[in-house]
Amino acid sequence: MAGKLKIKVDPDKCQGHARCKALAPELFELDEFGNAHEVGDGSVPDALVEKAHLARSNCPEFAIDITEE
Amino acid sequence: MSDTDRVMPEHPPVTDWIHDFDHTDQRWTDNPYPIWDEMRKASPVVHTNRFQGCYLPTTYEAVRQISHDTEHFSSRRVIVRDERPEVVRNAAPPITSDPPEHKPAKQLMLPPFTPDAMKKLEPRVRAICNELIDEFIADGKVDAADRYTKHIPVRTIAHMLGIPESDSDVFIKWIHMILELSIKDESKLMQAVQEMTAYFTGFIEERRRKPTDDLISYLIKAKDKDGQPLDDSQVLGSLRLLLIAGIDTTWSGIGASLWHLAKTPADRDRLIREPELMPTAIEEFLRAYSPVTMAREEMKETVIEGCPVKPNNMVLLSFPAANRDPAMFPDADKVIIDRKENRHAAFGLGIHRCVGSNLARLEMIVAIEEWLKRIPDFRLDPAGRVAWSQGTVRGPRKMPILFGKAK
Repeated sequence: MAGKLKIKVDPDKCQGHARCKALAPELFELDEFGNAHEVGDGSVPDALVEKAHLARSNCPEFAIDITEE
Repeated sequence: MSDTDRVMPEHPPVTDWIHDFDHTDQRWTDNPYPIWDEMRKASPVVHTNRFQGCYLPTTYEAVRQISHDTEHFSSRRVIVRDERPEVVRNAAPPITSDPPEHKPAKQLMLPPFTPDAMKKLEPRVRAICNELIDEFIADGKVDAADRYTKHIPVRTIAHMLGIPESDSDVFIKWIHMILELSIKDESKLMQAVQEMTAYFTGFIEERRRKPTDDLISYLIKAKDKDGQPLDDSQVLGSLRLLLIAGIDTTWSGIGASLWHLAKTPADRDRLIREPELMPTAIEEFLRAYSPVTMAREEMKETVIEGCPVKPNNMVLLSFPAANRDPAMFPDADKVIIDRKENRHAAFGLGIHRCVGSNLARLEMIVAIEEWLKRIPDFRLDPAGRVAWSQGTVRGPRKMPILFGKAK
């Protein structure tokens, strides 16, 4: 049984391409400048695992990390 | 020298793309992809003595490194020309700004262009698309570059700025002078900038007296990092940026997408059957047909992907070539409208990520959606010819299209 996944946006790398928000709006929020951060503590519900991976693999700045707890 | 007797310097045809490239060569304009492949196979960075010396990174990795390296590569000049015009303050911030001036200039422009801000604009963009289609749909054919794709970004930006959409033609003229004619004739740049300043000064004065909720009023109300209002040169620079960066770029993006769909019925039919695929397809069109090539100026000697690069050279920062790099994108030369992994660099990488990327995406999605709703069956006119723009921004400038059963 796999552990719970967590996502984290690196604010120093994020440049506001907003691809994550388009692909996984449940997992990412944008600030007033359009830069992204994870919703809450970044926990990924099982139903959104695929979306989390999709968001990571479309970030042009490689700013999204996914870790397993 | 007057405009008419100025001799446009002609560039000799290229015989060696690796050591003597020229992005204004007609073969590059017609079909650059095999040229980029040839250059990439030779080296991650190539050089030409044209344009007083210019490098071109050919791989995604080289483009990524240069985009992130503001220490060695300056944005003070962002177009590669025969001449190097004098560097002016507030040319078109933040695109022409380096750190530390870049961040406050960029943060000023970001809030009006977030995805949420763009949602409010969507109904007007849909209406613009349909107003344009109404004008030609009964004809059974159209030059889509001249009568559709060109007008969507220019009317949208005019709407955002709060200036008359009917002035669109003069904006298009300035952009053509700045981005294309000025590569070989610097006086066109000066002329366009002077005309733009004269045009906008009136609107700025008017909005100072009576602010509205448009973007000119937003800039007038904005404060810089020290809490001071922007001076006129900053407001004018920002307006120049919006016009220059926001119009023929998106014109090109919409045009290339429509061009692909005109010649690829399978993709067209699939997007009609699966409309939810549209945003993913648009990302793939952005990758495969990226319109924008930026530039940097090399300030301090460094090494990129094993290649030494030396000061006093320009760098043609080809996001389009990076996006065709097979080391980054499997089947890079194939257009795969449901491509799952797509870290394309069409809007740049690093701190200069395009401020208007959310606007461009909205316009591209809406323009293709509305076209497909009204004109689901169309093809390139076999009797016509598609013509592409030269230089910094690549997109169709003539695109004769037939609808349905028209001949």
